[in-house]
Amino acid sequence: MAVKVITPGLSTTVQDLGRPGFYHLGIPLSGGMDRFALRAANMLVGNEEGAAVLEAVFLGPELEFTAPATVAITGGDLPPKLNGAERESWSAFEVRAGDRLSFGFLKAGARAYIAVSGGIDVPVTLGSRSTYTLGALGGHQGRALAAGDELPVGQGGKGGGSVPATLRRMPGNPAELRMLPGLYWHRITGESGKRFFADTWKVAPEADRIGYRFRGGTALDFVPREQPFGAGSNPSNIVDACYPYGSIQVPGGTEPIVLHRDAVSGGGYMMVGCVISADMDLIGQLQPHSPARFVEVTMDQALAARADRQAAIQRVRDHLGRN
Amino acid sequence: MSIRFSFGGDEHIFAEVSESMSLEAFFTSLSMTNAVREAGISGVTEICPANASFQIKFDPDRIKPGDLLRELQSMEGAASKSDASLRTRIMEIPVFYQDPWTHETLMRFRERHQDPNATDIEYAAEINGFKSVDEFIAAHSGSPWFVSMVGFVAGLPFLYQMVERQRQIEVPKYLRPRTDTPKLTVGYGGCFSCIYSVRGAGGYQMFGITPMPIYDPEQKVSYLRDEMCFFKPGDIVKWKPISRDDYDAALEEVERNAFEPVVRECSFSLSDFNKDIDGTNAKLMEVLHGR
Repeated sequence: MAVKVITPGLSTTVQDLGRPGFYHLGIPLSGGMDRFALRAANMLVGNEEGAAVLEAVFLGPELEFTAPATVAITGGDLPPKLNGAERESWSAFEVRAGDRLSFGFLKAGARAYIAVSGGIDVPVTLGSRSTYTLGALGGHQGRALAAGDELPVGQGGKGGGSVPATLRRMPGNPAELRMLPGLYWHRITGESGKRFFADTWKVAPEADRIGYRFRGGTALDFVPREQPFGAGSNPSNIVDACYPYGSIQVPGGTEPIVLHRDAVSGGGYMMVGCVISADMDLIGQLQPHSPARFVEVTMDQALAARADRQAAIQRVRDHLGRN
Repeated sequence: MSIRFSFGGDEHIFAEVSESMSLEAFFTSLSMTNAVREAGISGVTEICPANASFQIKFDPDRIKPGDLLRELQSMEGAASKSDASLRTRIMEIPVFYQDPWTHETLMRFRERHQDPNATDIEYAAEINGFKSVDEFIAAHSGSPWFVSMVGFVAGLPFLYQMVERQRQIEVPKYLRPRTDTPKLTVGYGGCFSCIYSVRGAGGYQMFGITPMPIYDPEQKVSYLRDEMCFFKPGDIVKWKPISRDDYDAALEEVERNAFEPVVRECSFSLSDFNKDIDGTNAKLMEVLHGR
């Protein structure tokens, strides 16, 4: 069984839940940006939740199946079509040999997850099938899919069912990204910190798997200091340090960048804190120009939100009888 | 030196050993991360040393953030007292300074640079008080460098010059980062040199290029079959200036997969180094050159 790529879409990559353990070498986690949707897609087709799927962004691919399989599309509202006829997202459907899957225009969100029963069976590299394109690592030949690619698919189990809208999770308008202030938060003035949360930001065109840039808010005011040796002369510079996933760096104090699954592992810009783990999925569904706010939370609130997200995944499992 | 700890969201603890760069801060970072690795704490998923800081990623479902923080704080005393010495490797990295490829790239991004009328290396030589680019190259390649961090992108080393602070080269990063940097560019930003392991964006000044692959995701390069990234924190590097002919010859060896980097085992003691920097470096050079 295989999936043939007729047209690749804008940037479609093979992703699973990621590749922990190599960040100290500059090799990031990778994996689906919206892992809630990725897990749900796998549940619908009867896969392990962490099986490899295709992540399509903004513009879907056209695919052909060489054998019968169960397929499900989750995530952003990128309407699937089978042989030209519309199908439901967030629902399992059967495909036959020779069937073609394509997509209409994106209506909401940013990324769709395409799961096939059996999972995309590219080789496992450093413990994962995820694609890290910057490092040409993993996935299908370390890159986004191209026309003519043929992806092997594993032996499938039994899927079926659908996930109702009430059980899905998508960002609001404006998106509210909860964050824990910290890291170099002390480098900005109290007034500047208040404005950071009060402002409504907009996703900039520079928004990809490495990170999401935001603009339209007020530039930061730094607490004056003599720059430490080795840091560089701009007040936003630090001695190059590690960057956490979800960390919000502000080069030059102007446009915050939230690092995501293909994060650069370190660098010389101060960070004002991190978007909490529970809200990382939401960033993966933001389009350029969509509004977003940063909402301050405490560690206890971050952990409660994390538990809520896990409970939301459990509700999908319960609904589909996948325990 | 008291470490400043901060939570990075609900999955990271970020630890700043010192605001400013020094070998003392780097060694504390290295001994802390070694101690965390040896402790085998359940729930810790990534241990990342950096130049003057480090970061631990953890799964808060397996260890409470506050518990991990207390555990790290309890290790601090032992780490800063530990004998700052290590068994490591010294290696020679050939560099073709002022090569045509980084030159072509830097000319495309002149409007993002502090001095549009000079090349990156001319600018760096001038602001560091060197009379000529040749003198600057002699300084950049004259003493060894410590790999004080690996990261940014896969396998990229940050290197810290092993000389007195007043002799260290310091260069600002580009005013706005470039969108392109040739693969294997030898760069410079702040007090750090680096080698770009992959082609891509970058903000460091570009001085030259090495023919020697340092990252191979396919693990086909003879010396990268076991580890796809060549560098580890704690490695010691000596740059070797090479000509265009040397570069072409090395590249031909790389293409035949016959290139073998010069790498030797060595030991390093921070207190010996601080007592006699030039003497320690001279001994390291003897080890490198097998004398």
